[in-house]
Amino acid sequence: MLSIKNLHVSVGDKPILKGINLEIKAGEIHAIMGPNGSGKSTLSHVLSGKGGYTVTEGSATYQGKDLLEMAPEIRAREGLFLAFQYPVEIPGVSNIYLLKAALNSIRKHNGQPEVDAMDFLTLVKEKVRLLEMDEKFLYRAVNEGFSGGEKKRNEILQMAILEPKLCIMDETDSGLDIDALKIVSEGVNSLRSPERSFVMVTHYQRLLDYIKPDFVHVLANGQIVKSGGPELALELEEKGYSWVENNQAAA
Amino acid sequence: MNTATASRYAAEYPTIASALPGQTLPWLKALRAEALIAFSAHGFPSPREEEWRYTNVSGIEKKLFAPSVDLTGSDVDADWLKSYRLEDAWVLVLVNGHFSAELSVLDGLPEAVSVMSMADALAKQPDKVEKYLGAAADQSEHSFIAFNTAWFTDGLFVHVPAKLVLDKPIQLLHIVTGSDAMATTRNIIIADEMAEAKVIETYVGIDNAYLTSAVTEVFVGQNADVTLYKMQSESDKAYHFGGSYIKQARDARFTHHNFAFGGLLARSDIHADLDHASECELNGLYLGVKRQHIDNHTRINHLKPYAISRELYKGVLDDRARGVFQGRVIVAIDAQKTDSQMNNRNLLLSDDAEADTKPQLEIYADDVKCGHGVTVGQLDEKSIFYLQSRCVDEETARNMLTFAFANEMVDKIKIRSLHDKVLEQVLARFPQEGVNKEWL
Repeated sequence: MLSIKNLHVSVGDKPILKGINLEIKAGEIHAIMGPNGSGKSTLSHVLSGKGGYTVTEGSATYQGKDLLEMAPEIRAREGLFLAFQYPVEIPGVSNIYLLKAALNSIRKHNGQPEVDAMDFLTLVKEKVRLLEMDEKFLYRAVNEGFSGGEKKRNEILQMAILEPKLCIMDETDSGLDIDALKIVSEGVNSLRSPERSFVMVTHYQRLLDYIKPDFVHVLANGQIVKSGGPELALELEEKGYSWVENNQAAA
Repeated sequence: MNTATASRYAAEYPTIASALPGQTLPWLKALRAEALIAFSAHGFPSPREEEWRYTNVSGIEKKLFAPSVDLTGSDVDADWLKSYRLEDAWVLVLVNGHFSAELSVLDGLPEAVSVMSMADALAKQPDKVEKYLGAAADQSEHSFIAFNTAWFTDGLFVHVPAKLVLDKPIQLLHIVTGSDAMATTRNIIIADEMAEAKVIETYVGIDNAYLTSAVTEVFVGQNADVTLYKMQSESDKAYHFGGSYIKQARDARFTHHNFAFGGLLARSDIHADLDHASECELNGLYLGVKRQHIDNHTRINHLKPYAISRELYKGVLDDRARGVFQGRVIVAIDAQKTDSQMNNRNLLLSDDAEADTKPQLEIYADDVKCGHGVTVGQLDEKSIFYLQSRCVDEETARNMLTFAFANEMVDKIKIRSLHDKVLEQVLARFPQEGVNKEWL
């Protein structure tokens, strides 16, 4: 699915990622944990194509194609989805039309006809119920005036409708109360499938109680300093990030 | 001050004076004479005046725009007119400053309501016109008002009696067809106690250089409700100087939607005087392309306590266009508990576009809630990336965000047919590659 090799990324002259290696196979859930400033968000931004970053070395291959060469919208149409840490408000563009436009551009990209309006509405309403959202959110401007929790749910709604192959979730749990976290997690769990992979970038272990990862990686100072199974997250929770940072310094 | 041009206009005045409506009314004759003197002494406004510092009108002084004395030579293409005329409204058409009965549709009006040309009103209800003409627009305010008072050839007169609610809007369709023509019109809208009316002013012209001077005075009675729409789509060589002057009585509600899209140089003044607990909402959208200069000036006078005002003006400026917004809110010493919000947002699409914005709050009362905000900027890169991450290509994302920014104001239009016409005009003014109307 995704193969990241020796990825180095700078912002201006400042190196942020210093040689990331990561292999993600179809159906796997990877959690990337790390303290603030470790480069977690940079990694999700670079993978989704946000501007302002310079790749100085290394590669990222997505489904056999050079991911870093693609425009952000092409990555999205190819099935990569970024759930934003801070979803952006787009006044004047309604939620449901953006969903429909996005879905149709994916279908067009895959040589499929546009979605039938009635089928689309049925699909959207089903997903809205699943995420326990109010239908009126569909007709409001994208994220405008939404609470933090509503914005995060809206991201998962988009994900549920666009059915991406690779979901990158950037700090999805930050700012969520426990009820919202449960709903969001259920939404994500219902999307788990052997063909779909997830990268969950998170500062807190709490999210991983609800969405069980297959692998946990710890990012510190722009490098993956430790990888393991779900138990690594618990260990981290117990010992704190200083544990891996100290290990790294000692090494 | 340039009075040379003023004296050229003044010299021409006797040739048209006898053709002006209401010349047999001594009060009007005197008012016009006084206005002519005021204009001749002062000339057109100069950028040295604070209220005109961003707008240089000297362009109009290169020509001597000529008024028409009647409808002669004012043929209008019916198909062209269709794109501006509202089907579900009473329509009063003025061509080159004169009422065209042939193009107007005024049948079916409730008997108690007056909707007629200003010339008709001066003939049939001179006392009423005398009471209101000049009562809201003070000719010492600036010389365009004096100019308008001296020269106006016709206009729209509306009177809605107490408690009457008009079920259809009234449209004033103001057309200029002549090259180097001048159309000077004066409108009066009166809504008595608890009456409700919606009026649309549409300003259009054939692709010529011409001058429109239009002053509208609005009187909103106690607890009455008036919505005034202004759709300024003059030709791109035209000069437009318009003003809406509103007097609101106690508890009166007034809403203005000002769409300023046309003209080489266009200026609109909107002044509202608020009484006890009256509500005033001013909305504006100006779109400038090429070398257009679009100026909007608003003034809200909170004269008494408990009044509420809300103002939002948005501008989108491309190419070398320049947009000016000057918004003043004045809260008098007696106007305690005033609640006022003023906002101006500008989107610059090119490096050469310019926005000059000047919000002014003058507060003399001490227990009030007043705020204002101003932004001038480009499209938000974060929003563009967000849309891209949702499969939208960059160019479409930029176009979408531009339309969405403008569309917030279009969406406020409550009359469907007008909404669609305004939206068409917005879409026509900017690149719309990939933009789907459905998205807006």
